[in-house]
Amino acid sequence: MALPDFVMYEEEYKKLKEIIERLKEESGSKIVFLVDKNGQQIAGAGDLGNIDATSLASLTAGNVAATDGLAKLIGEKEFSLLFHEGERDNLHISIVGKRGILVVIFDNKATLGLVRLRVKKASQELEKVFDMIEEKVKKQAGDSKEYESPFAEITEDDIDKLFGDI
Amino acid sequence: MAFINHAAKEINCKIVYYGPGLCGKTTNLQYIYTKTAEERKGKMISLATETDRTLYFDFLPIDIGTIHGFKVKFQLYTVPGQVFYNASRKLILKGADGVIFVADSQEERFEANIESLENLQENLIENNLSLDTIPYVLQLNKRDLPNIVPVEELVQELRYKGEPYFEAVAIQGLGVFETFKACAKQVLQTLR
Repeated sequence: MALPDFVMYEEEYKKLKEIIERLKEESGSKIVFLVDKNGQQIAGAGDLGNIDATSLASLTAGNVAATDGLAKLIGEKEFSLLFHEGERDNLHISIVGKRGILVVIFDNKATLGLVRLRVKKASQELEKVFDMIEEKVKKQAGDSKEYESPFAEITEDDIDKLFGDI
Repeated sequence: MAFINHAAKEINCKIVYYGPGLCGKTTNLQYIYTKTAEERKGKMISLATETDRTLYFDFLPIDIGTIHGFKVKFQLYTVPGQVFYNASRKLILKGADGVIFVADSQEERFEANIESLENLQENLIENNLSLDTIPYVLQLNKRDLPNIVPVEELVQELRYKGEPYFEAVAIQGLGVFETFKACAKQVLQTLR
């Protein structure tokens, strides 16, 4: 198949996860999420049990996309940071590289200043991992520019079976 | 294009329901939501006005099963159909793997369908996509109403590239899953 929008491998996933776990600890926040700009969840750290991660990812991406649109309307390239302040919890949303969005949920045990500082550092590290993934996909594809899909071998039959019970 | 996650053994694909205002895009999603087993669906999100018109989008994640060890997940989105929400429509098409055009079969919506289809192609092109290449299905909705345009006429006017089309009454669920499956199948075929 042609190069997909986004591929994640085990090795890089571990690296991303490590970075956001560390960000959560060092910033004193409750939850850190990494999602992609199309609304797919990439990785999470913290107490994720009580949160609907899929909805969070899609709403965050929608929020970032709308804000991007607003930026362009007034002649800005992008607004790289969104901050929502609540009574108890706050949301810090920032853009990482070309395709990542970092979401940090924190309460009054952390401060906005510290979160911003740690996010900045983590973003640089995350961006490097994203670059590594891009390189890896390109390398795997080689000159043919074809990505070797894990679905290369699927048949019509496999697809039909998949829809058998919905 | 889809997000292939080797770490989580998952593949995520995005399908967007497009069409003129009040054609039944949200109704399609609501029907899929009510008929899908709990363990296979996530929460449905509707960002709507107080009068239940879609303001930004509806979102429904569903899990359709496992193929070659990978969980196959679809994220279904609708766009706001009203003409003045074009900026939002454009944003939602970003990264779409497949599109379903829901046409309103009523005579008085004939022009609105054509305009919406043209608008779809314009917005796809702005997202570096195109109706020519993207997996695409046409749904002719509201076939139960009295003042409808014959199927042949709608197909002749709205069918873009020989894509599959389905007659539907989304509010009763007729044609809803057929439409979704046809589009999802095309999306999966592109992953080979």
